[in-house]
Amino acid sequence: MSTVEQSSIDRGEDKRSRRWHILVFLLPALIVYTAVMILPLIETLRLSLFNVKDGQSVFVGLGNFNVLFGDPRWAASFWNALRNNFVFFLIHMLVQNPIGVALAALLSVPKLRFGAFYRTAMFLPTLLSFVIVGFIWKLILSPIWGVSPYLLDLVGLKSIFSPWLGKPSSALITVSLISVWQYIGIPMMLIYAAMLNIPDEVLEAAECDGVTGWSQFWKIKLPLILPAIGIISILTFVGNFNAFDLIYTVQGALAGPDGSTDILGTLLYRTFFGFQLQIGDRSMGATIATVMFLIILSGVCLYLFAIQRRMRRYQF
Amino acid sequence: MAKPTASPLRTGLVHLALGAYTLIALFPVFLVVINSFKDRASIFRDPLGLPTPATFSLIGYNTVLTQGDFVLYFQNSFIVTAVSIFFVLLFGAMAAFALSEYRFKGNTMMGLYLALGIMIPIRLGTVAILQGMVAAGLVNTLTALILVYTAQGLPLAVFILTEFMRTVSDDLKNAGRIDGLSEYSIFFRLVLPLIRPAMATVAVFTMIPIWNDLWFPLILAPSDATKTVTLGSQVFIGQFVTNWNAVLAALTLAILPVLVLYLIFSRQLIRGITSGAVK
Repeated sequence: MSTVEQSSIDRGEDKRSRRWHILVFLLPALIVYTAVMILPLIETLRLSLFNVKDGQSVFVGLGNFNVLFGDPRWAASFWNALRNNFVFFLIHMLVQNPIGVALAALLSVPKLRFGAFYRTAMFLPTLLSFVIVGFIWKLILSPIWGVSPYLLDLVGLKSIFSPWLGKPSSALITVSLISVWQYIGIPMMLIYAAMLNIPDEVLEAAECDGVTGWSQFWKIKLPLILPAIGIISILTFVGNFNAFDLIYTVQGALAGPDGSTDILGTLLYRTFFGFQLQIGDRSMGATIATVMFLIILSGVCLYLFAIQRRMRRYQF
Repeated sequence: MAKPTASPLRTGLVHLALGAYTLIALFPVFLVVINSFKDRASIFRDPLGLPTPATFSLIGYNTVLTQGDFVLYFQNSFIVTAVSIFFVLLFGAMAAFALSEYRFKGNTMMGLYLALGIMIPIRLGTVAILQGMVAAGLVNTLTALILVYTAQGLPLAVFILTEFMRTVSDDLKNAGRIDGLSEYSIFFRLVLPLIRPAMATVAVFTMIPIWNDLWFPLILAPSDATKTVTLGSQVFIGQFVTNWNAVLAALTLAILPVLVLYLIFSRQLIRGITSGAVK
């Protein structure tokens, strides 16, 4: 391995020509990571170019992608899942991040009492597993139990209740909001941390200039926490485009009703393993995984090269 | 002591907003826990009431403990999580030490290569991972899960620990070298004890997704003997879906360990997040 070759500028004292200890330190992580993560990923990308014909694995080029995007058996469910996935992401961006920013802004009010208690409590749902979160909300929203109509009745809104999870028109929004409820702790914490890092002198200077309250938030704090919001957006993007667990728990592998909550993760699961009458299809599974990989990769690249570089960073 | 801008009214509104959201965050969990201790009739008649001696019932827990194999599931989850964290921390710290301490050709490339996995989810390689595990005969073993979770946790661990290791003083390490310590003893005896706080942060970050994962247990180890508690409760609740006592009790049992650990480690976790470990 060329990585262990001696370089002329040596930080350590030893001047032996081969420094085996570097290899020893690196190797375990490198082997596990490469063998279990990188190679399977490459192999999955490769498999997406092959398909089984007459029991033989044949190279089909982009044929699988053509089938996925164009063949009537696949295209409808693929485009449906992709569209739902974008809605899923959009709801997170529009609901989770603004509420997260607002909560962080409130938490960073100076000399706030019970701050630690609020933080601890609001972060709790993030730690629960999807299974717990999914079933809790399934029970609460269930018309059989009647907790939500009862609660809505207390605030005079009983008339708006309907079995939201069971209706194709509202199921996706409901599932997205459950996911928002679970994950709001992450944007809240990261932005809270970014706000703590704003030096007091900057805020004091603003106050001397008469910039306080709302205008202080919009003009001073918000520009300073934009990098944190950027990181949260890309984390949300990656998380949403490989989401699976919550939908599987709440709506089952068929992502009902009528496929209205189907996203790429559930589609991948059904395609690869099969479900009920559908037989598992390895090549098409790999194809969907490749599409998810390309979507996530382009999101990450867009963030790294377009957004992060243009973002102004302030040095104090 | 209040700053001139903080009027009592404003402070009151801040507490009102934060209190309201705290209620939204905690209420669903609270509702499930209190109802798991009630008999079936009062779950439906009075879902918001606390269990009273008249309505108290452990029938749900009875069903869970006799029908489900929850002790085994907990044991599986515990083994998988603990062993994975151990390897993530050990291998991650070793690689981070190599990257931060030595200059060698390809150091930066190696760092980038290992950081790839922070953004690209390991789940996308599932098709080939399953194939590989079948070929290696590891399907339905905890080893398969441990391998996957170790690979999944390493990128972030290496990234965070490299940043921390750069802050360890060179003088200390060089003093160790002059005293004739080998590079291995410098790592294990000097550096590791110093980065313990960072290791704790990494451990917490690694633990949560592993304990909560449903995807890989479902695909790699769905057999009865290897179910983790997340998959176990998913299957159990799916089977007992109309038995509300059992479902509520199973949920409470699944929440409990997370809750206890969180109350113990919440300071550590929140300090880890807010100290800029994820900058």
